[in-house]
Amino acid sequence: MTTAAIAPPIRAKRVLPGFTLSLGTTLLYLTLIVLIPVLALILKGAEMGPARFWQIISSPRAVAAFQITLTAAAIATVINAVYGLLMAWVLVRYEFPGKRLLDAMMDVPFALPTAVAGLSLTALFSANGWFGQVLEAAGIQVVYTIWGIVLAMAFTSVPFVVRTVQPVLEDLDPALEQAAVTLGAGPFAIFRRVVLPAILPAWMAGCTTAFARSLGEFGAIVFIAGNLPFRTEIAALLAYIRLEEYDYNGAAAIALVLLGFALVLLLASNLLQFWAARYREGQK
Amino acid sequence: MSIAISGLTKRFGQTDVLCGVDLEVSKGELVALLGPSGSGKTTLLKIIAGLEWPDAGRLAVNDQNWLQLAAQDRRIGFVFQHYALFPHMRVRDNIAFGLSVRPRSERPGKAVIAAKVDEMLHFLQITHLADRFPGQLSGGQRQRVALGRALAIEPAVLLLDEPFGALDAAIRRDLRRWLRGVHDATGSTTIFVTHDQEEAFELADRVVVMGEGRIEQIGHADAIHDHPATPFVARFMGATVEFPVTLNSGRAEASGLDISALPRRALPDGPARLFARPEDITLIPDAGAPWRIASRISNGAHLRFVLSHPALGEAEADVPRRTANADALTPDAAVRLRIEAGTIFPAERGIATTSVRSPGFEPVKEKSR
Ligand SMILES: Nc1ncnc2c1ncn2[C@@H]1O[C@H](COP(=O)(O)OP(=O)(O)O)[C@@H](O)[C@H]1O
Ligand SMILES: [Mg+2]
Repeated sequence: MTTAAIAPPIRAKRVLPGFTLSLGTTLLYLTLIVLIPVLALILKGAEMGPARFWQIISSPRAVAAFQITLTAAAIATVINAVYGLLMAWVLVRYEFPGKRLLDAMMDVPFALPTAVAGLSLTALFSANGWFGQVLEAAGIQVVYTIWGIVLAMAFTSVPFVVRTVQPVLEDLDPALEQAAVTLGAGPFAIFRRVVLPAILPAWMAGCTTAFARSLGEFGAIVFIAGNLPFRTEIAALLAYIRLEEYDYNGAAAIALVLLGFALVLLLASNLLQFWAARYREGQK
Repeated sequence: MSIAISGLTKRFGQTDVLCGVDLEVSKGELVALLGPSGSGKTTLLKIIAGLEWPDAGRLAVNDQNWLQLAAQDRRIGFVFQHYALFPHMRVRDNIAFGLSVRPRSERPGKAVIAAKVDEMLHFLQITHLADRFPGQLSGGQRQRVALGRALAIEPAVLLLDEPFGALDAAIRRDLRRWLRGVHDATGSTTIFVTHDQEEAFELADRVVVMGEGRIEQIGHADAIHDHPATPFVARFMGATVEFPVTLNSGRAEASGLDISALPRRALPDGPARLFARPEDITLIPDAGAPWRIASRISNGAHLRFVLSHPALGEAEADVPRRTANADALTPDAAVRLRIEAGTIFPAERGIATTSVRSPGFEPVKEKSR
């Protein structure tokens, strides 16, 4: 850095032209689309004062909504962590007929309007739906319970896990596993000691995004959850109800808490990834 | 451990990668597999390691059938072409891997493993690297760690795939000597793959020349250099100039060539093909001779000539620049070609002209210099 101050400035030619322009545009866009709304939300929260804020978010109905949302999102994420990893593994490691179709289907939850997803899940799992009948007979109710919320969250967020793990798994050098084999490692040891450490950062990143997405999921859930306050009412829906009642402060406070969760999650995920990838640091 | 391979074949889809390989390696021997890229060297090595499976053939080690043994149970040390070190483990843990994955009943205690790793680090002279990650090592250092990881399980057979392929020339020479020392100290049976003749001949007890899925010749440096067994080996060993000749009771004759220096060859009379290295061709000015000097280029130490013949085509010759008659060898001069050394093979059907292959007929990227 100090040499730059002494030596006459030499400007390296950039490969892409218009660096300043493209960076400027991106920053402007980011500001308009992300930063300003978030800032507005925070200002709205600040406007009402800490006492009112606390009163809103600690009301029994709000606390219940947060609890339900967090619990359901946590369960959905655990399910997706396992199933998403398995799915990515199958898609990368095995050849079978219909593989490309399956791979394409992985994007359906991304592409499908969430309301459509919610409606079809409700139809399938309601007492007279295909799956619902069977589960009903076994004494399990999905629709109008927290399991309905979990189901909707899991459905909409599974691609995040699959699509972050998949490319990393594809790039994994097969020689690493072969080396482990020649050193006497069995399949389980190879997975735990060679494959898992390599995909762990991506896996965690995928799970975090899936969790964040589940916290904010709305469209798919409201159809299947029944939306009973204290029982199956999620935080995003409560914020929406407050907005409908022209209670802007109430809506903003709940939204702020959700935003807080998302930011904490993002930070935790980044720290974890930083730790998991520590061996890449300080490379020459 | 002695290795006996016979009739090994392997095909990937439509390509025959190995077409009947027979090879015996005795206990404690250091053998080089030498051949151009794509000749099936890596595939052969991987079959021995249990990472690939042959379509037919036998592989026995100490008279035990290894084709019924999983790779995990073969106890071989394999050093991969690009090292394949575990990137998330420190050097110490990489070397300890083979010991620490053993089933609990056979696994040595933590202290024993640590002591063993220390011993290995010391033996390979990389003690100072113990706590680094592979990403923080140079190519030569990674190579040593990879070898340490393979040796830590005390393998009966050590297999190395182009162990020095990715390193620069000075480090290669260093590591070559060092590997020989390691081999002699451990007494393991070692097979290593290379496409570099110099490396193969300098390091190995015996060299196995492979070409397109077949073993072309097995032997020592001098024999392979002077008496290539097949046209493939002759070309691979640098005999890149080929002349069509006629055999007459074992003597070869051709227009404008003096082949009297070559010993008689027990081949039937008729057309044959002579393989020679450019540096084994001497040019003798002779006004009546049919060869003309088409071009003359100096690289300082040597003069490289391109010669042309009205019927036979072109040939190349390398002459030391300080030879007595160098001044007479000017473009357009008529010359006779005296072949000082070369090998004669039965004619390949349909080829009746001289041909010159550029010395590096294997891909350029594979060349070490
Ligand atoms: N897994 C594979 N699938 C298909 N073809 C392969 C595979 N491995 C090697 N080959 C082919 O086999 C031939 C020999 O390869 P290889 O044993 O790696 O040669 P070498 O090590 O001598 O360069 C090459 O033509 C290569 O393309
Ligand atoms: Mg190879």
